[in-house]
Amino acid sequence: MDNVIENKLRLETIGLSVFYGDNPNVKDVSLKIYDKKVTAFIGPSGCGKTTFLRALNRMHDLTRGAKVTGKALIDGQDIYDPKLDPVIIRRKIGMVFQKPTPFPTMSIYDNVVAGLKLVGIRDRKLLDEICERSLRQSALWNEVKDRLKTPGGSLSGGQQQRLSIARALAVEPEVLLMDESTSSLDPQSTNRIEELIGELKDQVTIIIVTHNMQQASRVSDYTAFFYIGSLIEYNKTTKIFTSPDQKRTEEYITGQFG
Amino acid sequence: MSKYLQNELTKLKKKFYELCAVVEEDVRDAVRSVYEGDVKLAEKVIDRDRQIDMTEIEIEEDCLKLLALYQPVAIDLRLIISMLKINSDLERIGDLAVNISERSIKIISLNRKDDSFDFTDMCEKALLMVKNSIDSMIDFDMKKAESVIEADDEVDRLHEAVFGKVKKALEKQPDNFELLSQYLTISRSLERIGDHATNIAEDVVYMINGTIVRHQGY
Repeated sequence: MDNVIENKLRLETIGLSVFYGDNPNVKDVSLKIYDKKVTAFIGPSGCGKTTFLRALNRMHDLTRGAKVTGKALIDGQDIYDPKLDPVIIRRKIGMVFQKPTPFPTMSIYDNVVAGLKLVGIRDRKLLDEICERSLRQSALWNEVKDRLKTPGGSLSGGQQQRLSIARALAVEPEVLLMDESTSSLDPQSTNRIEELIGELKDQVTIIIVTHNMQQASRVSDYTAFFYIGSLIEYNKTTKIFTSPDQKRTEEYITGQFG
Repeated sequence: MSKYLQNELTKLKKKFYELCAVVEEDVRDAVRSVYEGDVKLAEKVIDRDRQIDMTEIEIEEDCLKLLALYQPVAIDLRLIISMLKINSDLERIGDLAVNISERSIKIISLNRKDDSFDFTDMCEKALLMVKNSIDSMIDFDMKKAESVIEADDEVDRLHEAVFGKVKKALEKQPDNFELLSQYLTISRSLERIGDHATNIAEDVVYMINGTIVRHQGY
């Protein structure tokens, strides 16, 4: 890969495979994710990009029959260390899903601080501060500051997704995983989330899974192309989208398949 | 979306290759008009320049349209960017063919010739550079593109030789300035045509493998 040594390593996988039953959905992926950079995972449906993303914060622990082999490290620490509580890992490595996931009847305020309450934080002043900070970080504060007690479900789709991001940010993750987080949004809301990714990357390391190639090229610093469960090519985004090394990458991003 | 882009690219390439053919023919005709003292051939080149200029603008507009509408990437992006740049070099080569044709007409009107000035070798080399640079683009032929880049030094050297010869001839026969200056301009135009062919070949290298090979002498 081109000139990546200058960036600090945050996450790393070494020979990581994910099995559902006997067959690997992700095969032997070794990848380095750099600190405070945006990394995009691209590839056709079923290529394993989301499966790989979910392996990074132990989401497969919740799936029956799923097995992860190989290593996944955050700051050198084994994410799959059996002694490590997956909840702690998911605090460090937050996730935003394809569809906005506010608790619909819970207020906007309670939605944001839900994760904090879960770990026992009750200090009202602290919760207020974190709520405002998280909503500001997710660029939602100005739109909701006067109605924090209204239900999260009353917001528009784009606002709900930013609320989901605020909730993920409230627990101060080091890494934010975004699984096709704009695919259900209109262009304006998508644009707002993309701007937000650009603003947030100064504070957190972001990994996005996207089907939208233009989105990957617009917002990411690094791009990984997956195909049939394997990592085909990983490099700086400018390199991938101007002159990729692998023929299959070129064929995919120029729309010849997928 | 990709199919739309591929259809548009096919149309663009057709127009582009037609321009390549016209420009190559213009250089050949301009040079022949000097050899053969053929005014009609020279006038044909001059008349055809407007067509080249118009096609250049059309191709530029088409490239910009494809960039704006389809956001091409990888080979599609490199192809369009290269065409955009090569388009401009082709137009300039067309202008230089006009320049040679105008010198040719002037030489014929002077009714004087100095047979010691023989551009055959230089013409053949510059023409081959143009032909090979265009072929390398059409065939995605890296080796041919590299051969064009290497050939440029030889055309430069031939131009320097003509320059030296004109200088010496002027010292001996200063009254022959008008004729000698035509020869010098023709030589200079051929040398510039070689430079543009080199630019095209460099863009072909970029188009094929994404490497920018310009200005590597520093």
